[in-house]
Amino acid sequence: MSAALRLQGLCKSYGALKVSDGVDLAIEPGEFRAVIGPNGAGKTTLVHQVSGLARHDSGRILLDGRDIGALAMPDRVRLGLARSFQVTSILPGFTVRDNVALAVQARSGSSFRFWRDAAREPELNEPAAELLARFGLAHRAELPAGLLSYGEKRQLELAVALATRPRLLLLDEPLAGTSHAESREVVERLQALRGSLTILLVEHDMEAVFALADRVSVLVYGRVIATGTPDQIRADPEVRAAYLGEEAA
Amino acid sequence: MSARLRGTLLPVSLFLALALVPVFAKLGPESFILAIATRLVILALAAMSLDLLIGYGGLVSFGHAAFLGIGAYAVGILSSHGIDDALLQLAAALAGAALFGLLTGLIALRTEGVYFIMITLAFGQMLFFLATSLAAYGGDDGMTLSSRSQILGHDLLRSDAALYGLSLGALLLCYLLCRRLTASRFGRVLSGTRENRTRMEAIGFQPFRFQLVAYVMAGLIAGLAGFLFANQTGFVSPATMSWQRSGDLIFMVVLGGVGTLHGAVAGAAAFLLLEEVLSHWTEHWRILFGPLLVLAVLFARGGIAGLVGGRRG
Ligand SMILES: Nc1ncnc2c1ncn2[C@@H]1O[C@H](COP(=O)(O)OP(=O)(O)OP(=O)(O)O)[C@@H](O)[C@H]1O
Ligand SMILES: [Mg+2]
Repeated sequence: MSAALRLQGLCKSYGALKVSDGVDLAIEPGEFRAVIGPNGAGKTTLVHQVSGLARHDSGRILLDGRDIGALAMPDRVRLGLARSFQVTSILPGFTVRDNVALAVQARSGSSFRFWRDAAREPELNEPAAELLARFGLAHRAELPAGLLSYGEKRQLELAVALATRPRLLLLDEPLAGTSHAESREVVERLQALRGSLTILLVEHDMEAVFALADRVSVLVYGRVIATGTPDQIRADPEVRAAYLGEEAA
Repeated sequence: MSARLRGTLLPVSLFLALALVPVFAKLGPESFILAIATRLVILALAAMSLDLLIGYGGLVSFGHAAFLGIGAYAVGILSSHGIDDALLQLAAALAGAALFGLLTGLIALRTEGVYFIMITLAFGQMLFFLATSLAAYGGDDGMTLSSRSQILGHDLLRSDAALYGLSLGALLLCYLLCRRLTASRFGRVLSGTRENRTRMEAIGFQPFRFQLVAYVMAGLIAGLAGFLFANQTGFVSPATMSWQRSGDLIFMVVLGGVGTLHGAVAGAAAFLLLEEVLSHWTEHWRILFGPLLVLAVLFARGGIAGLVGGRRG
Protein backbone atom coordinates (compact mmCIF):
# COMPACT_ATOMS: atom_id res chain seq x y z
CA MET A 1 0.00 0.00 0.00
CA SER A 2 2.42 2.66 -1.09
CA ALA A 3 -0.07 4.82 -2.98
CA ALA A 4 -0.88 8.24 -1.54
CA LEU A 5 -4.39 7.88 -2.93
CA ARG A 6 -5.91 4.66 -4.13
CA LEU A 7 -9.42 4.26 -5.48
CA GLN A 8 -10.78 0.74 -5.85
CA GLY A 9 -13.93 0.05 -7.83
CA LEU A 10 -15.48 3.38 -6.94
CA CYS A 11 -19.11 3.57 -8.03
CA LYS A 12 -21.70 6.28 -7.78
CA SER A 13 -25.01 6.81 -9.55
CA TYR A 14 -27.42 9.69 -9.70
CA GLY A 15 -30.61 7.84 -10.46
CA ALA A 16 -29.99 5.85 -13.65
CA LEU A 17 -26.85 7.85 -14.45
CA LYS A 18 -23.62 6.08 -13.52
CA VAL A 19 -21.32 8.99 -12.70
CA SER A 20 -18.54 6.79 -11.38
CA ASP A 21 -18.51 3.36 -12.91
CA GLY A 22 -15.86 1.30 -11.14
CA VAL A 23 -13.05 3.82 -10.97
CA ASP A 24 -9.63 2.36 -10.13
CA LEU A 25 -6.81 4.81 -9.58
CA ALA A 26 -3.49 4.76 -7.74
CA ILE A 27 -1.47 7.92 -7.25
CA GLU A 28 2.07 7.66 -5.92
CA PRO A 29 3.29 9.91 -3.11
CA GLY A 30 4.57 13.16 -4.60
CA GLU A 31 3.04 12.42 -7.96
CA PHE A 32 1.34 15.11 -10.04
CA ARG A 33 -1.64 13.38 -11.60
CA ALA A 34 -4.03 15.01 -14.03
CA VAL A 35 -7.51 13.73 -14.72
CA ILE A 36 -9.01 14.82 -18.01
CA GLY A 37 -12.26 13.95 -19.70
CA PRO A 38 -15.18 15.50 -21.58
CA ASN A 39 -17.86 17.58 -19.89
CA GLY A 40 -20.10 15.46 -17.71
CA ALA A 41 -17.55 12.63 -17.51
CA GLY A 42 -17.81 12.65 -13.71
CA LYS A 43 -14.56 14.43 -12.82
CA THR A 44 -16.06 16.84 -10.31
CA THR A 45 -18.14 14.09 -8.77
CA LEU A 46 -14.98 12.04 -8.40
CA VAL A 47 -13.30 14.90 -6.53
CA HIS A 48 -16.45 15.25 -4.39
CA GLN A 49 -16.28 11.58 -3.44
CA VAL A 50 -12.60 11.64 -2.59
CA SER A 51 -12.96 14.82 -0.51
CA GLY A 52 -16.08 13.54 1.22
CA LEU A 53 -18.50 16.14 -0.10
CA ALA A 54 -20.42 13.36 -1.84
CA ARG A 55 -20.83 9.75 -0.72
CA HIS A 56 -19.78 6.93 -3.01
CA ASP A 57 -22.17 4.02 -3.43
CA SER A 58 -19.53 1.30 -3.35
CA GLY A 59 -15.79 0.80 -3.64
CA ARG A 60 -12.94 2.00 -1.48
CA ILE A 61 -11.03 5.25 -1.02
CA LEU A 62 -7.60 4.80 0.57
CA LEU A 63 -5.51 7.74 1.75
CA ASP A 64 -1.98 6.51 2.50
CA GLY A 65 -3.44 3.05 2.81
CA ARG A 66 -6.14 4.08 5.22
CA ASP A 67 -9.79 3.65 4.23
CA ILE A 68 -11.35 7.08 4.57
CA GLY A 69 -14.60 6.24 2.80
CA ALA A 70 -16.71 6.47 5.94
CA LEU A 71 -15.24 9.76 7.18
CA ALA A 72 -16.92 13.14 6.85
CA MET A 73 -15.15 15.86 4.87
CA PRO A 74 -13.65 17.71 7.90
CA ASP A 75 -12.15 14.45 9.18
CA ARG A 76 -10.58 13.73 5.81
CA VAL A 77 -9.16 17.24 5.76
CA ARG A 78 -7.61 16.64 9.16
CA LEU A 79 -5.86 13.61 7.68
CA GLY A 80 -4.17 15.87 5.14
CA LEU A 81 -6.56 16.24 2.25
CA ALA A 82 -7.43 19.63 0.75
CA ARG A 83 -9.35 20.70 -2.31
CA SER A 84 -10.42 23.59 -4.46
CA PHE A 85 -13.81 23.89 -6.10
CA GLN A 86 -14.73 24.23 -9.76
CA VAL A 87 -17.22 26.90 -8.70
CA THR A 88 -15.20 29.29 -6.55
CA SER A 89 -15.90 28.78 -2.87
CA ILE A 90 -14.60 31.46 -0.53
CA LEU A 91 -15.90 33.55 2.39
CA PRO A 92 -16.93 36.71 0.51
CA GLY A 93 -17.50 38.84 3.61
CA PHE A 94 -14.16 37.99 5.19
CA THR A 95 -11.01 39.82 4.20
CA VAL A 96 -8.62 38.06 1.87
CA ARG A 97 -6.21 37.63 4.77
CA ASP A 98 -8.87 36.18 7.07
CA ASN A 99 -9.90 33.68 4.42
CA VAL A 100 -6.40 32.26 4.56
CA ALA A 101 -5.89 32.84 8.29
CA LEU A 102 -9.02 30.82 9.02
CA ALA A 103 -7.59 27.92 7.06
CA VAL A 104 -4.35 28.25 9.04
CA GLN A 105 -6.44 28.31 12.21
CA ALA A 106 -8.05 25.01 11.23
CA ARG A 107 -4.64 23.35 11.56
CA SER A 108 -3.25 25.39 14.43
CA GLY A 109 -4.50 24.34 17.83
CA SER A 110 -8.05 24.47 19.15
CA SER A 111 -10.63 26.82 17.73
CA PHE A 112 -12.64 26.65 20.93
CA ARG A 113 -10.94 29.81 22.11
CA PHE A 114 -13.33 32.53 23.05
CA TRP A 115 -11.39 35.49 24.32
CA ARG A 116 -8.37 36.49 22.27
CA ASP A 117 -8.82 38.60 19.13
CA ALA A 118 -8.09 36.11 16.37
CA ALA A 119 -7.36 38.89 13.87
CA ARG A 120 -4.29 39.78 15.93
CA GLU A 121 -2.79 36.33 16.34
CA PRO A 122 0.63 36.32 14.66
CA GLU A 123 0.62 32.53 14.51
CA LEU A 124 -2.37 32.80 12.17
CA ASN A 125 -1.53 36.01 10.32
CA GLU A 126 2.10 35.30 9.54
CA PRO A 127 1.58 32.07 7.62
CA ALA A 128 -1.39 33.74 5.93
CA ALA A 129 0.70 36.73 4.85
CA GLU A 130 3.37 34.41 3.50
CA LEU A 131 0.88 32.52 1.37
CA LEU A 132 -0.75 35.71 0.12
CA ALA A 133 2.63 37.02 -0.95
CA ARG A 134 3.30 33.76 -2.77
CA PHE A 135 0.02 34.02 -4.64
CA GLY A 136 0.39 37.68 -5.51
CA LEU A 137 -2.43 38.78 -3.25
CA ALA A 138 -0.47 40.63 -0.56
CA HIS A 139 -1.74 44.02 -1.73
CA ARG A 140 -5.31 42.73 -1.48
CA ALA A 141 -5.05 41.38 2.08
CA GLU A 142 -7.44 43.91 3.66
CA LEU A 143 -10.07 43.69 0.94
CA PRO A 144 -13.28 41.66 1.43
CA ALA A 145 -12.68 38.54 -0.63
CA GLY A 146 -15.99 39.00 -2.44
CA LEU A 147 -14.56 42.09 -4.15
CA LEU A 148 -11.63 40.28 -5.77
CA SER A 149 -11.57 39.75 -9.52
CA TYR A 150 -12.48 36.29 -10.73
CA GLY A 151 -8.87 35.34 -11.38
CA GLU A 152 -7.80 36.59 -7.96
CA LYS A 153 -10.51 34.51 -6.31
CA ARG A 154 -9.11 31.42 -8.02
CA GLN A 155 -5.67 32.29 -6.63
CA LEU A 156 -7.15 32.82 -3.18
CA GLU A 157 -8.75 29.41 -3.27
CA LEU A 158 -5.39 27.83 -3.94
CA ALA A 159 -3.82 29.76 -1.08
CA VAL A 160 -6.63 28.64 1.23
CA ALA A 161 -6.21 25.01 0.24
CA LEU A 162 -2.46 25.16 0.83
CA ALA A 163 -2.92 26.91 4.18
CA THR A 164 -4.24 23.66 5.63
CA ARG A 165 -0.84 22.09 4.82
CA PRO A 166 -2.24 19.15 2.87
CA ARG A 167 -0.44 15.99 1.82
CA LEU A 168 -2.95 15.42 -0.96
CA LEU A 169 -4.32 18.35 -2.94
CA LEU A 170 -7.36 17.97 -5.18
CA LEU A 171 -7.79 20.75 -7.72
CA ASP A 172 -10.98 21.01 -9.74
CA GLU A 173 -10.29 23.15 -12.82
CA PRO A 174 -8.21 25.87 -11.15
CA LEU A 175 -7.59 27.47 -14.56
CA ALA A 176 -11.21 27.68 -15.69
CA GLY A 177 -12.18 31.24 -16.52
CA THR A 178 -8.79 32.77 -15.82
CA SER A 179 -7.02 35.03 -18.31
CA HIS A 180 -4.06 33.72 -20.24
CA ALA A 181 -1.60 35.61 -18.03
CA GLU A 182 -3.29 34.45 -14.86
CA SER A 183 -3.33 30.85 -15.94
CA ARG A 184 0.39 31.05 -16.72
CA GLU A 185 0.97 32.28 -13.17
CA VAL A 186 -1.07 29.47 -11.70
CA VAL A 187 0.79 26.89 -13.78
CA GLU A 188 4.07 28.31 -12.50
CA ARG A 189 2.87 28.09 -8.90
CA LEU A 190 1.68 24.53 -9.35
CA GLN A 191 5.00 23.71 -10.98
CA ALA A 192 6.74 25.01 -7.85
CA LEU A 193 4.65 22.71 -5.66
CA ARG A 194 5.69 19.63 -7.60
CA GLY A 195 7.11 16.93 -5.40
CA SER A 196 6.29 18.57 -2.08
CA LEU A 197 2.84 16.98 -2.01
CA THR A 198 0.61 14.70 -4.03
CA ILE A 199 -1.66 16.50 -6.47
CA LEU A 200 -4.72 15.41 -8.38
CA LEU A 201 -5.56 18.03 -11.00
CA VAL A 202 -8.78 18.05 -12.98
CA GLU A 203 -8.33 20.39 -15.91
CA HIS A 204 -9.54 21.04 -19.45
CA ASP A 205 -6.53 23.16 -20.42
CA MET A 206 -4.45 20.54 -22.27
CA GLU A 207 -1.37 22.70 -22.57
CA ALA A 208 -1.29 23.05 -18.77
CA VAL A 209 -2.06 19.39 -18.18
CA PHE A 210 0.71 18.14 -20.46
CA ALA A 211 3.17 20.63 -18.96
CA LEU A 212 2.41 19.76 -15.34
CA ALA A 213 1.37 16.15 -15.02
CA ASP A 214 3.64 13.20 -14.36
CA ARG A 215 0.81 10.99 -15.49
CA VAL A 216 -2.61 11.61 -16.95
CA SER A 217 -5.80 9.58 -16.45
CA VAL A 218 -8.67 9.89 -18.88
CA LEU A 219 -12.18 9.64 -17.51
CA VAL A 220 -15.07 9.02 -19.91
CA TYR A 221 -18.62 8.22 -18.78
CA GLY A 222 -17.42 7.49 -15.26
CA ARG A 223 -14.70 5.07 -16.34
CA VAL A 224 -10.95 5.48 -16.50
CA ILE A 225 -10.20 4.48 -20.08
CA ALA A 226 -6.46 5.18 -20.00
CA THR A 227 -3.62 6.21 -17.69
CA GLY A 228 -0.12 7.10 -18.83
CA THR A 229 2.53 9.74 -19.29
CA PRO A 230 1.50 12.82 -21.27
CA ASP A 231 3.24 11.41 -24.35
CA GLN A 232 1.49 8.04 -24.05
CA ILE A 233 -1.89 9.74 -23.60
CA ARG A 234 -1.35 12.02 -26.58
CA ALA A 235 -0.57 8.99 -28.70
CA ASP A 236 -3.34 6.70 -27.39
CA PRO A 237 -5.83 6.04 -30.21
CA GLU A 238 -8.71 5.26 -27.86
CA VAL A 239 -8.18 8.54 -26.04
CA ARG A 240 -7.97 10.44 -29.30
CA ALA A 241 -11.23 8.93 -30.42
CA ALA A 242 -13.05 9.42 -27.15
CA TYR A 243 -11.73 12.75 -26.16
CA LEU A 244 -8.90 14.54 -27.85
CA GLY A 245 -10.35 13.91 -31.30
CA GLU A 246 -13.60 15.32 -30.12
CA GLU A 247 -11.87 18.56 -29.27
CA ALA A 248 -10.10 18.76 -32.61
CA ALA A 249 -13.36 18.20 -34.49
CA MET B 1 -15.22 60.40 11.11
CA SER B 2 -13.49 57.05 10.70
CA ALA B 3 -15.60 53.92 10.39
CA ARG B 4 -14.08 52.57 13.58
CA LEU B 5 -15.04 55.66 15.54
CA ARG B 6 -18.53 55.63 14.08
CA GLY B 7 -18.77 51.98 15.06
CA THR B 8 -18.08 52.70 18.71
CA LEU B 9 -20.14 55.89 18.85
CA LEU B 10 -23.52 54.18 18.97
CA PRO B 11 -22.74 51.56 21.65
CA VAL B 12 -20.98 54.08 23.85
CA SER B 13 -23.83 56.58 23.64
CA LEU B 14 -26.41 53.85 24.18
CA PHE B 15 -24.76 52.62 27.35
CA LEU B 16 -24.11 56.16 28.52
CA ALA B 17 -27.78 57.01 28.08
CA LEU B 18 -28.80 53.86 29.95
CA ALA B 19 -26.39 54.68 32.78
CA LEU B 20 -27.98 58.11 33.15
CA VAL B 21 -31.53 56.77 33.38
CA PRO B 22 -31.59 56.52 37.23
CA VAL B 23 -30.46 60.16 37.46
CA PHE B 24 -33.20 61.44 35.19
CA ALA B 25 -35.79 59.06 36.61
CA LYS B 26 -35.68 61.10 39.84
CA LEU B 27 -37.10 64.06 37.92
CA GLY B 28 -40.26 62.22 36.90
CA PRO B 29 -42.38 59.27 38.02
CA GLU B 30 -39.29 57.38 39.17
CA SER B 31 -40.57 53.82 39.59
CA PHE B 32 -42.50 53.98 36.30
CA ILE B 33 -39.46 55.17 34.39
CA LEU B 34 -37.21 52.61 36.07
CA ALA B 35 -39.67 49.82 35.34
CA ILE B 36 -39.72 50.65 31.63
CA ALA B 37 -35.95 51.08 31.49
CA THR B 38 -35.36 47.78 33.32
CA ARG B 39 -37.70 46.02 30.92
CA LEU B 40 -35.82 47.61 28.03
CA VAL B 41 -32.44 46.49 29.34
CA ILE B 42 -33.64 42.93 29.98
CA LEU B 43 -35.25 42.54 26.55
CA ALA B 44 -32.12 44.05 25.01
CA LEU B 45 -30.10 41.36 26.76
CA ALA B 46 -32.31 38.62 25.34
CA ALA B 47 -32.29 40.21 21.88
CA MET B 48 -28.52 40.57 21.96
CA SER B 49 -28.10 36.89 22.70
CA LEU B 50 -30.38 36.17 19.77
CA ASP B 51 -28.22 38.40 17.56
CA LEU B 52 -25.31 36.13 18.40
CA LEU B 53 -27.27 33.35 16.67
CA ILE B 54 -28.88 35.34 13.85
CA GLY B 55 -26.19 37.89 13.07
CA TYR B 56 -23.10 35.79 13.58
CA GLY B 57 -24.28 32.20 13.26
CA GLY B 58 -26.89 32.79 10.57
CA LEU B 59 -29.23 30.76 12.78
CA VAL B 60 -32.68 32.33 12.87
CA SER B 61 -34.19 30.89 16.02
CA PHE B 62 -37.91 31.44 16.38
CA GLY B 63 -38.02 29.94 19.86
CA HIS B 64 -35.64 32.12 21.77
CA ALA B 65 -38.27 33.27 24.29
CA ALA B 66 -38.21 29.72 25.67
CA PHE B 67 -34.93 30.55 27.39
CA LEU B 68 -36.45 33.71 28.81
CA GLY B 69 -39.26 31.54 30.15
CA ILE B 70 -36.87 29.00 31.65
CA GLY B 71 -35.04 31.75 33.54
CA ALA B 72 -38.29 33.26 34.75
CA TYR B 73 -39.79 29.94 35.80
CA ALA B 74 -36.62 29.02 37.69
CA VAL B 75 -37.27 32.07 39.85
CA GLY B 76 -41.02 31.45 40.10
CA ILE B 77 -40.86 27.76 40.90
CA LEU B 78 -38.05 28.01 43.44
CA SER B 79 -39.61 31.01 45.11
CA SER B 80 -42.95 29.22 45.41
CA HIS B 81 -41.07 26.59 47.44
CA GLY B 82 -39.58 29.25 49.64
CA ILE B 83 -36.18 29.31 47.95
CA ASP B 84 -35.62 32.95 47.18
CA ASP B 85 -31.84 33.09 47.13
CA ALA B 86 -30.71 34.85 43.95
CA LEU B 87 -27.65 32.68 43.43
CA LEU B 88 -29.60 29.44 43.70
CA GLN B 89 -32.31 30.75 41.42
CA LEU B 90 -29.75 32.01 38.92
CA ALA B 91 -27.89 28.71 39.00
CA ALA B 92 -31.16 26.88 38.30
CA ALA B 93 -32.02 29.33 35.51
CA LEU B 94 -28.66 28.85 33.82
CA ALA B 95 -28.62 25.08 34.29
CA GLY B 96 -32.14 24.83 32.86
CA ALA B 97 -31.26 27.04 29.91
CA ALA B 98 -28.07 25.13 29.18
CA LEU B 99 -29.83 21.78 29.32
CA PHE B 100 -32.70 22.92 27.12
CA GLY B 101 -30.25 24.52 24.71
CA LEU B 102 -28.16 21.38 24.52
CA LEU B 103 -31.07 19.01 23.99
CA THR B 104 -32.96 21.12 21.46
CA GLY B 105 -29.78 22.32 19.77
CA LEU B 106 -28.59 18.78 19.17
CA ILE B 107 -31.73 18.21 17.13
CA ALA B 108 -32.51 21.64 15.66
CA LEU B 109 -28.97 22.23 14.39
CA ARG B 110 -29.26 19.17 12.16
CA THR B 111 -31.56 21.31 10.04
CA GLU B 112 -31.00 24.54 8.15
CA GLY B 113 -32.85 27.62 6.99
CA VAL B 114 -36.63 27.47 7.16
CA TYR B 115 -36.53 24.07 8.87
CA PHE B 116 -34.40 25.49 11.64
CA ILE B 117 -36.89 28.33 12.11
CA MET B 118 -39.79 25.88 12.30
CA ILE B 119 -38.13 23.40 14.62
CA THR B 120 -37.01 26.05 17.10
CA LEU B 121 -40.56 27.42 17.02
CA ALA B 122 -41.85 23.93 17.72
CA PHE B 123 -39.53 23.45 20.69
CA GLY B 124 -40.55 26.85 22.04
CA GLN B 125 -44.21 25.92 21.73
CA MET B 126 -43.61 22.60 23.47
CA LEU B 127 -42.16 24.43 26.45
CA PHE B 128 -44.98 26.97 26.34
CA PHE B 129 -47.63 24.25 26.57
CA LEU B 130 -45.65 22.47 29.24
CA ALA B 131 -45.79 25.68 31.29
CA THR B 132 -49.55 26.06 30.78
CA SER B 133 -50.01 22.53 32.09
CA LEU B 134 -48.08 23.16 35.30
CA ALA B 135 -51.18 23.49 37.51
CA ALA B 136 -49.07 23.63 40.66
CA TYR B 137 -47.39 26.74 39.29
CA GLY B 138 -50.42 28.62 38.09
CA GLY B 139 -50.97 26.86 34.76
CA ASP B 140 -52.28 29.33 32.16
CA ASP B 141 -52.50 32.14 34.66
CA GLY B 142 -48.95 31.96 35.94
CA MET B 143 -47.96 32.96 39.43
CA THR B 144 -47.12 36.07 41.36
CA LEU B 145 -43.81 36.20 43.21
CA SER B 146 -43.97 36.97 46.91
CA SER B 147 -40.75 38.96 46.77
CA ARG B 148 -37.77 39.68 44.56
CA SER B 149 -34.72 37.43 44.77
CA GLN B 150 -32.67 37.80 47.94
CA ILE B 151 -28.95 38.41 47.70
CA LEU B 152 -27.13 36.62 50.52
CA GLY B 153 -30.26 36.93 52.65
CA HIS B 154 -30.73 40.63 51.99
CA ASP B 155 -33.60 42.12 50.06
CA LEU B 156 -31.21 44.31 48.07
CA LEU B 157 -33.21 44.11 44.85
CA ARG B 158 -36.32 45.58 46.47
CA SER B 159 -35.09 48.94 45.30
CA ASP B 160 -36.01 49.51 41.66
CA ALA B 161 -32.77 51.34 41.11
CA ALA B 162 -30.79 48.33 42.40
CA LEU B 163 -32.62 45.95 40.07
CA TYR B 164 -32.02 48.35 37.21
CA GLY B 165 -28.35 48.60 38.10
CA LEU B 166 -28.01 44.82 38.22
CA SER B 167 -29.77 44.44 34.86
CA LEU B 168 -27.68 47.11 33.20
CA GLY B 169 -24.52 45.57 34.65
CA ALA B 170 -25.54 42.20 33.23
CA LEU B 171 -26.20 43.76 29.82
CA LEU B 172 -22.87 45.55 29.75
CA LEU B 173 -20.96 42.48 30.90
CA CYS B 174 -22.62 40.22 28.35
CA TYR B 175 -22.11 42.82 25.63
CA LEU B 176 -18.39 42.96 26.32
CA LEU B 177 -18.18 39.17 26.51
CA CYS B 178 -20.02 38.78 23.21
CA ARG B 179 -17.76 41.32 21.54
CA ARG B 180 -14.72 39.33 22.53
CA LEU B 181 -16.42 36.12 21.59
CA THR B 182 -17.37 37.24 18.09
CA ALA B 183 -13.81 38.37 17.33
CA SER B 184 -12.21 35.24 18.76
CA ARG B 185 -11.22 32.09 16.93
CA PHE B 186 -14.54 30.60 17.92
CA GLY B 187 -16.48 33.60 16.62
CA ARG B 188 -14.68 33.50 13.28
CA VAL B 189 -15.61 29.88 12.74
CA LEU B 190 -19.21 30.72 13.61
CA SER B 191 -19.40 33.61 11.11
CA GLY B 192 -17.47 31.65 8.53
CA THR B 193 -20.07 28.92 8.70
CA ARG B 194 -22.81 31.49 8.13
CA GLU B 195 -21.05 32.67 4.99
CA ASN B 196 -20.12 29.34 3.47
CA ARG B 197 -20.54 26.13 5.37
CA THR B 198 -19.01 23.90 2.71
CA ARG B 199 -15.87 26.03 2.62
CA MET B 200 -15.51 25.69 6.38
CA GLU B 201 -15.86 21.92 6.17
CA ALA B 202 -13.39 21.85 3.33
CA ILE B 203 -10.71 23.43 5.53
CA GLY B 204 -11.43 20.96 8.31
CA PHE B 205 -13.98 22.53 10.64
CA GLN B 206 -17.01 20.71 12.00
CA PRO B 207 -19.53 23.57 12.07
CA PHE B 208 -22.10 21.68 14.13
CA ARG B 209 -19.97 21.75 17.28
CA PHE B 210 -19.42 25.48 17.05
CA GLN B 211 -23.06 26.17 16.36
CA LEU B 212 -24.11 24.04 19.30
CA VAL B 213 -21.81 25.88 21.70
CA ALA B 214 -23.08 29.22 20.37
CA TYR B 215 -26.67 28.06 20.73
CA VAL B 216 -26.14 27.05 24.35
CA MET B 217 -24.30 30.29 25.11
CA ALA B 218 -27.10 32.39 23.63
CA GLY B 219 -29.54 30.33 25.69
CA LEU B 220 -27.54 30.98 28.86
CA ILE B 221 -27.64 34.74 28.31
CA ALA B 222 -31.37 34.65 27.57
CA GLY B 223 -31.82 32.51 30.69
CA LEU B 224 -30.08 35.21 32.69
CA ALA B 225 -32.44 37.73 31.10
CA GLY B 226 -35.36 35.55 32.18
CA PHE B 227 -34.13 35.54 35.77
CA LEU B 228 -34.06 39.35 35.71
CA PHE B 229 -37.39 39.51 33.88
CA ALA B 230 -39.22 37.60 36.63
CA ASN B 231 -37.80 39.96 39.22
CA GLN B 232 -38.84 42.99 37.21
CA THR B 233 -42.42 41.93 36.55
CA GLY B 234 -42.89 40.13 39.88
CA PHE B 235 -44.93 37.67 37.89
CA VAL B 236 -44.23 34.56 35.85
CA SER B 237 -46.55 33.08 33.26
CA PRO B 238 -46.45 31.09 30.01
CA ALA B 239 -46.82 34.41 28.14
CA THR B 240 -43.18 35.06 29.04
CA MET B 241 -42.25 32.46 26.44
CA SER B 242 -45.00 32.84 23.86
CA TRP B 243 -44.08 32.64 20.19
CA GLN B 244 -45.07 36.28 19.86
CA ARG B 245 -42.29 37.14 22.27
CA SER B 246 -39.82 35.12 20.19
CA GLY B 247 -41.02 37.11 17.19
CA ASP B 248 -40.62 40.37 19.10
CA LEU B 249 -37.01 39.46 19.84
CA ILE B 250 -36.30 38.81 16.15
CA PHE B 251 -37.98 42.14 15.37
CA MET B 252 -35.68 43.92 17.82
CA VAL B 253 -32.60 42.34 16.29
CA VAL B 254 -33.59 43.21 12.73
CA LEU B 255 -34.76 46.69 13.62
CA GLY B 256 -31.57 47.42 15.52
CA GLY B 257 -29.21 45.94 12.98
CA VAL B 258 -28.27 42.29 12.56
CA GLY B 259 -24.75 41.23 13.49
CA THR B 260 -23.77 44.24 15.59
CA LEU B 261 -24.72 43.22 19.17
CA HIS B 262 -25.36 46.82 20.24
CA GLY B 263 -27.98 47.03 17.51
CA ALA B 264 -30.12 44.76 19.65
CA VAL B 265 -30.07 47.39 22.40
CA ALA B 266 -31.16 50.10 19.98
CA GLY B 267 -33.71 47.71 18.52
CA ALA B 268 -35.19 46.91 21.94
CA ALA B 269 -35.45 50.62 22.71
CA ALA B 270 -37.12 51.37 19.39
CA PHE B 271 -39.44 48.42 19.85
CA LEU B 272 -40.62 49.51 23.30
CA LEU B 273 -41.04 53.06 22.08
CA LEU B 274 -43.13 51.93 19.12
CA GLU B 275 -45.16 49.64 21.35
CA GLU B 276 -45.81 52.50 23.73
CA VAL B 277 -46.83 54.97 21.02
CA LEU B 278 -48.82 52.58 18.83
CA SER B 279 -50.70 50.93 21.68
CA HIS B 280 -52.03 54.34 22.73
CA TRP B 281 -53.25 54.83 19.22
CA THR B 282 -54.92 51.48 18.57
CA GLU B 283 -55.27 48.19 20.36
CA HIS B 284 -54.32 46.36 17.16
CA TRP B 285 -50.85 47.86 17.31
CA ARG B 286 -49.18 44.55 16.52
CA ILE B 287 -50.67 44.67 13.03
CA LEU B 288 -48.70 47.83 12.34
CA PHE B 289 -45.45 46.16 13.34
CA GLY B 290 -45.39 43.94 10.26
CA PRO B 291 -45.36 46.75 7.68
CA LEU B 292 -42.84 48.64 9.81
CA LEU B 293 -40.51 45.68 9.82
CA VAL B 294 -40.81 45.39 6.06
CA LEU B 295 -39.96 49.08 5.71
CA ALA B 296 -37.03 48.70 8.07
CA VAL B 297 -35.67 45.81 6.03
CA LEU B 298 -36.21 47.59 2.72
CA PHE B 299 -34.92 51.03 3.57
CA ALA B 300 -32.52 50.49 6.43
CA ARG B 301 -30.85 47.17 5.72
CA GLY B 302 -28.38 47.50 8.54
CA GLY B 303 -31.11 48.60 10.95
CA ILE B 304 -30.51 51.45 13.36
CA ALA B 305 -26.88 50.48 13.81
CA GLY B 306 -26.44 50.53 10.04
CA LEU B 307 -27.91 54.04 9.81
CA VAL B 308 -25.56 55.34 12.45
CA GLY B 309 -22.67 53.55 10.77
CA GLY B 310 -19.89 51.06 11.32
CA ARG B 311 -21.34 47.64 10.70
CA ARG B 312 -18.90 44.99 11.88
CA GLY B 313 -17.66 41.83 10.13
N1 LIG C 1 -26.07 16.23 -7.61
C1 LIG C 1 -26.30 15.69 -8.82
N2 LIG C 1 -27.50 15.13 -9.08
C2 LIG C 1 -27.75 14.58 -10.28
N3 LIG C 1 -26.87 14.54 -11.28
C3 LIG C 1 -25.66 15.08 -11.09
C4 LIG C 1 -25.31 15.68 -9.85
N4 LIG C 1 -24.05 16.13 -9.93
C5 LIG C 1 -23.62 15.83 -11.17
N5 LIG C 1 -24.58 15.21 -11.87
C6 LIG C 1 -24.45 14.70 -13.23
O1 LIG C 1 -23.37 13.81 -13.24
C7 LIG C 1 -22.62 13.94 -14.43
C8 LIG C 1 -21.17 14.20 -14.11
O2 LIG C 1 -21.05 15.50 -13.54
P1 LIG C 1 -19.66 16.12 -13.12
O3 LIG C 1 -19.95 17.47 -12.61
O4 LIG C 1 -18.96 15.18 -12.21
O5 LIG C 1 -18.92 16.18 -14.51
P2 LIG C 1 -17.52 16.83 -14.86
O6 LIG C 1 -16.71 15.76 -15.48
O7 LIG C 1 -16.94 17.53 -13.69
O8 LIG C 1 -17.94 17.88 -15.98
P3 LIG C 1 -17.32 19.31 -16.32
O9 LIG C 1 -16.12 19.07 -17.15
O10 LIG C 1 -18.39 19.99 -17.11
O11 LIG C 1 -17.03 20.00 -15.03
C9 LIG C 1 -23.28 15.06 -15.23
O12 LIG C 1 -24.11 14.46 -16.20
C10 LIG C 1 -24.09 15.79 -14.23
O13 LIG C 1 -25.23 16.33 -14.82
MG1 LIG D 1 -16.49 19.42 -13.24
